[in-house]
Amino acid sequence: MSEAVATALGNANRRLLTRLSIVAAIMFGFGFALVPLYDRLCEALGINRLVDKARDTGNTQIDYTRKVVIELDANAHNLPWQFRPLTRHIEVHPGELTTVEYEITNLRNRPVTGQALPSFGPTTAGAHMKKLDCFCFRQQTLGPGETRRMPVVFLIDDKLPSDINTITLSYTFFEVAGKDGPS
Amino acid sequence: MSAVLDTHGHGDHEHGDHDHHGHGPTGLMRWITTTNHKDIGTMYLWFSFIMFLVGGVMALVIRAELFQPGLQLVQPEFFNQMTTMHGLIMVFGAIMPAFVGFANWLIPMQIGAPDMAFARMNNWSFWILPFAGALLVLSFFTPGGAPGVGWTLYAPLTIQMGMGMDLTIFAVHLLGMSSIMGSINIVTTILNMRAPGMTLMRMPLFCWTWLITGYLLIATMPVLAGAVTMTLTDRHFGTSFFNAAGGGDPVLYQHIFWFFGHPEVYIIALPAFGVISQVIPAFSRKPLFGYASMVYATSAIAILSFIVWAHHMYVTGLPIGTQLFFMYATILIAVPTGVKVFNWVATMWQGSLTFETPMLFALGFLFLFTLGGFSGLVLALAPVDIQLQETYYVVAHFHYVMVAGALFSAFSGVYFWLPKWTGKMYDETLGKWHFWLSMIFFNMIFFVQHFLGLAGMPRRIPDYNLMFETWNKISSIGAFGFGLTQLLLLYIVLKTIRSGEKAPQMPWEGADSLEWTHLPTPAPHHSFETPPVLK
Ligand SMILES: [Cu+2]
Repeated sequence: MSEAVATALGNANRRLLTRLSIVAAIMFGFGFALVPLYDRLCEALGINRLVDKARDTGNTQIDYTRKVVIELDANAHNLPWQFRPLTRHIEVHPGELTTVEYEITNLRNRPVTGQALPSFGPTTAGAHMKKLDCFCFRQQTLGPGETRRMPVVFLIDDKLPSDINTITLSYTFFEVAGKDGPS
Repeated sequence: MSAVLDTHGHGDHEHGDHDHHGHGPTGLMRWITTTNHKDIGTMYLWFSFIMFLVGGVMALVIRAELFQPGLQLVQPEFFNQMTTMHGLIMVFGAIMPAFVGFANWLIPMQIGAPDMAFARMNNWSFWILPFAGALLVLSFFTPGGAPGVGWTLYAPLTIQMGMGMDLTIFAVHLLGMSSIMGSINIVTTILNMRAPGMTLMRMPLFCWTWLITGYLLIATMPVLAGAVTMTLTDRHFGTSFFNAAGGGDPVLYQHIFWFFGHPEVYIIALPAFGVISQVIPAFSRKPLFGYASMVYATSAIAILSFIVWAHHMYVTGLPIGTQLFFMYATILIAVPTGVKVFNWVATMWQGSLTFETPMLFALGFLFLFTLGGFSGLVLALAPVDIQLQETYYVVAHFHYVMVAGALFSAFSGVYFWLPKWTGKMYDETLGKWHFWLSMIFFNMIFFVQHFLGLAGMPRRIPDYNLMFETWNKISSIGAFGFGLTQLLLLYIVLKTIRSGEKAPQMPWEGADSLEWTHLPTPAPHHSFETPPVLK
């Protein structure tokens, strides 16, 4: 291949390299562009809205005719934490804003980070328990021997099927290793 | 033909003293610095095989735990790490590099080019991989171990994991960079470096499938890089792309991931189709039936693959209309795929067939990949998928596509081109053993998983209901058989290199691409320094 042909080919190759790299860069941006696009689409289609205006201005009355028993449960999975609800069970009315408290004590002599995962019994009740605040929203790091009280603020919505009179709300704490120094 | 046989231009090349690759120790530095497409292809293939064994051992840990119900060998956390890393390593470490290895070896020879367009970048694309692989393996040794989140790296779990997750994210970044560089190289080589007379529509189909795969990679890998970058910033820099506590949405992650993830299926499958499209005509002694329709079908699959991603997300609360759109779009992909299967069968029709190992693996591919395609159609149906998602039916489906599809195709390609690469013939009897054992054990592992899935056994759980025990036992025994069988491949390849019989110039009489017709066997270290003359 002659010198001139080789240079021409090299230039053509470099031009294509530049173009394809630009495509790759644009597609990297496209991944991020999907974020606002997704929000717009969800809004337009009226799905998956965390803050639903129509629902927020809806009926917020408390249904005093109905009582639901909430059983509170707490477990720690392979974690040296004492974890318990301060009340074992309470009675609430649908629509009533309720706060319950849990207490954890870290029994280890070093900081430990944990993540709580909730579960509901019966499972279908989960969709009707609206949590406004919960320690399970974030990971919790407890210092050596530290004790902490943490709230769950929730309400049961009035669409809870009428055959459900007792809901078990159970939390299990799992250790998140690697977040707080050597184990 | 002899006029265009390559008579390498030694002297002005950095390793001019090697007639062909792979013989005798020539020092580590040769492999680290090499820019020769054949050396790099070889390194890709070996790297991929090593990763295949690593990922395979993880699969065996999974199957050993699932041999009987209850927890025997590993803790659930470690089990999750195994399923995650098995998936990541097999997809990004084994299958994708294997086909990049084929591309490196074959594309320049098949289009009559002296080397890849960017030889130095080619070297970098490969040498990034071992670092990425090391990061993945290293994550096991961090506190908390490797991430146990599934290979799809779904939020919110990825946001909650320990530092093993960060290593995995960096590994995905590196793997993505490597693939993007590799694909830019392949696309440029194919578009700019074809020998005079080698028009696009005369290229071997393997080059076509890689050209399209290259574009798919350039378009989707950056999206995956974006997704894991967002995960990283959610973890450490207080953003809330996917973190619900800060107003983000984990479902958004799934959309971004599968926008990459579904084309990724074809990134793996298309080069496999390419290999099969070379092998079947060679052993049917007929040209490929419907060449042009193969090209169009491949392009159609690639384009459609961008608009089907949400078939992985039927249970995330998509509106019914959206579900229907993705369902029909997915079913539509069966049309071009059907064209391909039809063309392969039509190529064999009235051909004079012989059944050497490459052909056996190609037929195994054809049969089992089609089955995997059918179970894919079943899963594409939104109402059915709601029942079957996250069960072993899904596991069975994608292993039919990934193992019997992509992996068998890679095996077929290895046996097909081994004589061209090494100049020696593999042991045909052992090759046939490798095929039949792989075929039997593969079905033993995965066919029964359809039953488990239909009966409702969930995937990614180390324990199961007693009623699933029998099929799980059969599956686990099959897995160990399959794993051991793959050591046979290693033995066959090593035996070929060390003491194989000298291969004839044309070991397969039906092969018709340039590496067979215009180059000696074994292929010289430098080929087509002057472009071949094509009729
Ligand atoms: Cu898909």
